[in-house]
Amino acid sequence: MKKYLKLFLIMLKIGLFTFGGGYAMIALLEYEFVTKRKWINNDEFTDMVAIAESTPGPIAINSATYIGYKMGGVLGSLLCTIAVCIPSFIIIYLISLFFNAFIHIQWVTAAFRGIQICVIFLILSAGIKMLIKIKKTVFNIIVMVATIVCMILMSVFAVDFSSIFYILISGVLGLSIYLIKLLISKKKKGNGNDIS
Amino acid sequence: MIYLELFLTFLKIGALSFGGGYGMISLIREEVSSFGWLTEEELINFIAVSESTPGPIAVNMATFIGSSQGGILGAFIATLGVVLPSFIIILVIAAVLKNLLKYAGVKATLDGISPAITGLILGTAIIMLLGSVFGVKTTENTFLFDWKGLVILGVLTTIYLIYYKARKKAFSPILLIIISGAMGVLFYM
Repeated sequence: MKKYLKLFLIMLKIGLFTFGGGYAMIALLEYEFVTKRKWINNDEFTDMVAIAESTPGPIAINSATYIGYKMGGVLGSLLCTIAVCIPSFIIIYLISLFFNAFIHIQWVTAAFRGIQICVIFLILSAGIKMLIKIKKTVFNIIVMVATIVCMILMSVFAVDFSSIFYILISGVLGLSIYLIKLLISKKKKGNGNDIS
Repeated sequence: MIYLELFLTFLKIGALSFGGGYGMISLIREEVSSFGWLTEEELINFIAVSESTPGPIAVNMATFIGSSQGGILGAFIATLGVVLPSFIIILVIAAVLKNLLKYAGVKATLDGISPAITGLILGTAIIMLLGSVFGVKTTENTFLFDWKGLVILGVLTTIYLIYYKARKKAFSPILLIIISGAMGVLFYM
């Protein structure tokens, strides 16, 4: 019982003190669970990060659920997930009550026109960071360029085409290319056996 | 039924968005504008708020949009929707499919998705930039160039790059937001 309470409080704290989303949270989780308390070892933590990054959904929630399960089963994961959301939920709910009145103050409106540019800059820099990190294979470059070009064209001509399709199409493409390669290599092996 | 709409929309966003908070923005943007929940400007404003308050960006957005459409119950339902897919998927992976990511087929699919996510984030940024700095939204819009916006963008890029060169780490996004807010007051008041 004490362990669950502790887990809940740690996650509550992490939810309250991470600014800037998932990746910032991973650093805090590492400090709390690996460095400070040694509840999780380094290898396990690295696995956790890989899973949290590659599965859908917010990275913060993915990590909280995973660590919660490791520490205390289904109940642990439920507690951790709820705890990590509570601070956000309360803070944002309170902001949402006043935001509309706040944004219509003249100087705030002006400030937010500047801030809008900053948000676009932040999104752009997140994209560029991913661009630098990604392997520059022919497949990746084609998919990336095609996605950007399609998106801009769809947007300029006001055609509805959901982001979900880009994700699904590229996932299916990745899988198909893998399967075709597998088939070809098997066939080659098969042929080799026939000759011998 | 607004609650059901909120729940299903955020369930979809939670289940199909990869690559963390920014990977979600293109999907949130489409959904929110197709329902008419927020305008593009309101959405961008709120991304700034999400960025400068603690907690996962996705949860912040779900809570805010939920609250603006359906009060506290709406906020709760939207947040539940965005969290639920993660919770279930991770639980299944942690409990049963520990090696899921090690299967070559799964890895190939995820590797296929990752350039698309990068493309979606860059594409969203470019579209927003065209809309807010160059005033191009659709073919029917008139061309309205905002040189002040371009100046702000230039200043932010310069600060970011100089800091990165000197310190080898990213400049705090919250500080960037504050700086751009100050420039906004200076330019647009």
